[in-house]
Amino acid sequence: MQPIIIVENLTKRYRNASANAVDDISFSVAPGEFFCLLGPNGAGKTTTISILTTTLAPTAGSAMLAGYDAVKSASAVRRNIGIIFQKPSLDMNLTAEENIRFHAVLYGLYPFLPAYALMPRAYRARVHDLAAILGIEKEIFNPIKTFSQGMKRKLEIIRSLIHQPKILFLDEPTLGLDPISRRNLWQYIRTIRAETGTTVFLTTHYLDETEDADNICIINNGKIVTYGSPAHVKADLVQEYLLLDAGNRETLREELSRLELPFVETPQFKVNLNGRTTQAIIQAIATPLTVLQTHSPTMEDAYLEILGKEKA
Amino acid sequence: MKEFNAVITIAYRDLMKLLRDRTRLITSLIFPFIFIGILGGSLQAGLGASVGINLLTFTFTGVLAQTLFMSASQGVISLIDDRENDFSQEIFVAPISRYTIVFGKILGETLVALVQGLGILVFGLVLGIQFSLELFVAMAPIVVIVCLFGGAFGVVILANLGTRRAADQIFNFIMLPQYFLAGVFNPIQNLPWYLDILSKLSPLRYAVDLARGVFYAGSPDYRVVLASPLVNLAIIAAEFAGFLIFGTVLFVRRERNR
Repeated sequence: MQPIIIVENLTKRYRNASANAVDDISFSVAPGEFFCLLGPNGAGKTTTISILTTTLAPTAGSAMLAGYDAVKSASAVRRNIGIIFQKPSLDMNLTAEENIRFHAVLYGLYPFLPAYALMPRAYRARVHDLAAILGIEKEIFNPIKTFSQGMKRKLEIIRSLIHQPKILFLDEPTLGLDPISRRNLWQYIRTIRAETGTTVFLTTHYLDETEDADNICIINNGKIVTYGSPAHVKADLVQEYLLLDAGNRETLREELSRLELPFVETPQFKVNLNGRTTQAIIQAIATPLTVLQTHSPTMEDAYLEILGKEKA
Repeated sequence: MKEFNAVITIAYRDLMKLLRDRTRLITSLIFPFIFIGILGGSLQAGLGASVGINLLTFTFTGVLAQTLFMSASQGVISLIDDRENDFSQEIFVAPISRYTIVFGKILGETLVALVQGLGILVFGLVLGIQFSLELFVAMAPIVVIVCLFGGAFGVVILANLGTRRAADQIFNFIMLPQYFLAGVFNPIQNLPWYLDILSKLSPLRYAVDLARGVFYAGSPDYRVVLASPLVNLAIIAAEFAGFLIFGTVLFVRRERNR
């Protein structure tokens, strides 16, 4: 299947900057994929997303979204994408419905009319459905400033889906949300993905949010450091290991050496699996153990390791 | 048609934002009230008799034009930092032309300025400034022209400044001298030649003089007017077109090539 996002040799150097903010990166995203762009602050995430969403012109290279060039056919690209910005993009003094209405008119879905009651029936039905999904049938005509943070975020997502974008960009969408709102929001995004098959392009600092991504791309200093599925990224960079200890460390040390299992004493024994299964190792060891812990890396471990290596 | 709808949406949003924000609505009227009420009132009380014209009316007309002009241009300039705030972020990524954004913003800020203008008008009536219905009707298109002119002037500044900080610093530098060069509070009939040149370069001068030309039509105080409204209109039309074309092209180019 033709990728829905194709980025080729993309480079951006800001005016008067001495280095490239984004430095010759290439990647592609398949339709329906859940794609994560990770990296520390200043790595080039926002620059990349700005170019893909056509608000910034690249210095070199190209980006194709839904079959359109981000520079030459910016308008066509915009019609096919939805964006959730890092900062809230709602007008606080306007009602939820007005925020949705203005969006819908800007995307050319309906003509502008100054009151909800005057808008076409199709629009009103749509708003009604959306309000029902969020459970805010009553509050939809209240000013946004009366909404909770989590509710505002959901409203932004709903609004961005009203023009049925093929790609949804989420730029650190859960920044500043409490854990419950965060979980709720992700539940909601998963539902949307399942129902609409929308491609999701995410940047985030919460690495647990990337665990069920299809592909992860980690960038640092404008370059791609790692790319692949979460399992691949983790397997590539972080070893799974067993943590063992025994009442008699002497025997355990001897036994591990005899079995040719590489280990590190910390002073507990850290044994890298190196492809072996936990089961096989445990079966081979006769020394009575006092500690047995398995350790499989999280995305966060992988991320920190990757960026640690970069620095060194 | 789509772009037209977008222009109206952007403009309507600006107006709604003002009307829903009571604090802003009130604070936007404080400066004009200070200028007209205190400055105009004291000038009239102290000097009015010896000068032979009503200085309260003089200040009122000047401040009316100046407030509308400045409010509209400042509103347009706010596009600089708006792109990273509230709904404006949506506007910048919507599938609409950049020209649509500029036009919508000028129109919106014109509406916002007109609301302020209405407040100033009421204040003037309270202070006892004579305002017939005919005069009101004659002034209506003039104030709209002044607002649009201010908006276009804002686009030029917007296009030449990169950041909000720069805009805030430069804006005062560009606006404050114009208050005096345009004769908002002070008569500028007899300026030394160098100030006269600066005055003629100041766009606000034509906005203020146009407003006075129509306001004072047929009154003995018409002698404060510098040029016929037709002359002012012609100059404003030419500058408006220049500002709009030059400013918008520059803004659109600059917006993406950061």
